[in-house]
Amino acid sequence: MVTMQRTAERQTLKGAVQVEGLSVVYRRKNYENRVLDSIQLSIQPGEFVCLLGPSGCGKSTLLNVIAGFLKPSAGYVLVDQMPISRPGADRGFVFQQYSLLPWKTTFQNIELGLKIRGVPKAERTERVHEYLNRVGLYKHRSSSYPHQLSGGMQQRASIIRALVNSPSVLLMDEPFAALDAQTRHMMQEMLLGIWDDLKTTVIFVTHDIEEAIFLGDRICTMGVHPGRIKSEIPIDLPRPRHFDDTLSKEFLALNRQVFNCIREETMKSMEESF
Amino acid sequence: MAVTVSKPVPTRWFGRIGDVLKTLFWGNRPFRRVLALMIFFGVWQFLCAINFDFFINFQLIPSPWEVLFATIDFVTSDPWIHFRSSIQRVFFGYLAASVLGIILGVLIGWFEAVEDLFLPPLELLRPIPAVAWIPLAILMFPNAESGMVYITFIGAFFPMLISTIRGVESTLSDTVLIRVGQCLGANSWHIFKDIVIPGSMPSIASGLTIGMGNAWFCLVTAEILAGRYGVGYITWESYVTSNYPPIVMGMLLIGLMGALSSWAVGRATNALMPWRVINKQGGG
Repeated sequence: MVTMQRTAERQTLKGAVQVEGLSVVYRRKNYENRVLDSIQLSIQPGEFVCLLGPSGCGKSTLLNVIAGFLKPSAGYVLVDQMPISRPGADRGFVFQQYSLLPWKTTFQNIELGLKIRGVPKAERTERVHEYLNRVGLYKHRSSSYPHQLSGGMQQRASIIRALVNSPSVLLMDEPFAALDAQTRHMMQEMLLGIWDDLKTTVIFVTHDIEEAIFLGDRICTMGVHPGRIKSEIPIDLPRPRHFDDTLSKEFLALNRQVFNCIREETMKSMEESF
Repeated sequence: MAVTVSKPVPTRWFGRIGDVLKTLFWGNRPFRRVLALMIFFGVWQFLCAINFDFFINFQLIPSPWEVLFATIDFVTSDPWIHFRSSIQRVFFGYLAASVLGIILGVLIGWFEAVEDLFLPPLELLRPIPAVAWIPLAILMFPNAESGMVYITFIGAFFPMLISTIRGVESTLSDTVLIRVGQCLGANSWHIFKDIVIPGSMPSIASGLTIGMGNAWFCLVTAEILAGRYGVGYITWESYVTSNYPPIVMGMLLIGLMGALSSWAVGRATNALMPWRVINKQGGG
């Protein structure tokens, strides 16, 4: 019943992503590398999709094309029926590296998108404070430069820096990969909490199977040589999810299923590197 | 349940004195710096005292004492006109070099067309030493004063220009920083103002510091050109008249003013970059 309600809600929301026949090919003299080969992907508004695969499968490349950082060799991406040609604030991006601007305070970093858009000062401050509160960074708002924040705090700030602009889609490129396990679990739960409130579409790249199952509505596993989507696995675990759920029988069964699915590709990518 | 308690080791009196000495002297950075100067002058005095002559000859080199007496003579006989002339020349040369070097450097770093149009002739002029400019400075400028300012300008301009260009280019090469701006909806003006300029600040600051040193570096050259006043002029004039202690005094005064002004520039630029923390090995 809850799921149906959610589905109904989503139809009126923004953030539909359509990837059509997308290929990215790097050509050198007499050698070509098909990083992505005819990717077909359709994402519902408000859906949380995880792109999972071994390194070299092109999952980050796909995310960079959706962000508009890279031009595809063939095919196109539609976000809410509009073709993507360049980066924009409608697609928020969270990088794997700590990417806050070192010369701006936490507040100024988060405010930047709104400032660029010309939102008046009072409204900016209110919105930024609301988001800072939501992720527990309020007391670090103006006194701290990024280097004074821990890795987890910096990534929280990066997430709200993207979300404060109300993007249609939030693109996340292994955002928790550099954090320690404990912090990573807390960040995952926090992300799900925010996503549940905002219902923003999320495309989340990871190579961590547990992370993908814990977060996603759906996992797209990707294969190598050429990079392509190999299978789509729906994750029907109930929400809200908690870290304890990762020990449930259903979770473990899914873990095994996804593992088997990407195992072959991982072997392939390992053989390539020897 | 056995609990081992480490007994307090009785501190010996000399150990304590060692600690006191350590905190008062070795742990004290101003002390270490003064010590460095004392060693420098001490070694110099020693080499003069023993008439050191082994490949390098110190027999005719004025000792620190002789230089000190020359300095006392100099400062008691109305030195301000000399200081003022020199400081003025360096200041105007440096100011022009900073403004032009930074503006041109930013434009060359940011716009490909500006790079193509301006950089080749500048690269051609860059290796030319300031002293080689003296004849042209005399021919080009309406008076000696502006010619001298031009010579100090030449010294300061190129380090400033190159550091600024490199700073802008290295910020532009940081893909993540630029992408951060792009996916927040920044146009190229925003990226320029909010990312490229602050990102190249450390590099511009080092250009400003090096440029300050180089402006002083060129002072003697500038004051060879003409004039009656100036610390560099005194140095050159004493050489011509074979009066050695004032030469070394002039050198040291230029060194001192250069060091002080570079230090001031360093402090000022650090104040502009409060986000930077510098932790050195062995630092507190």
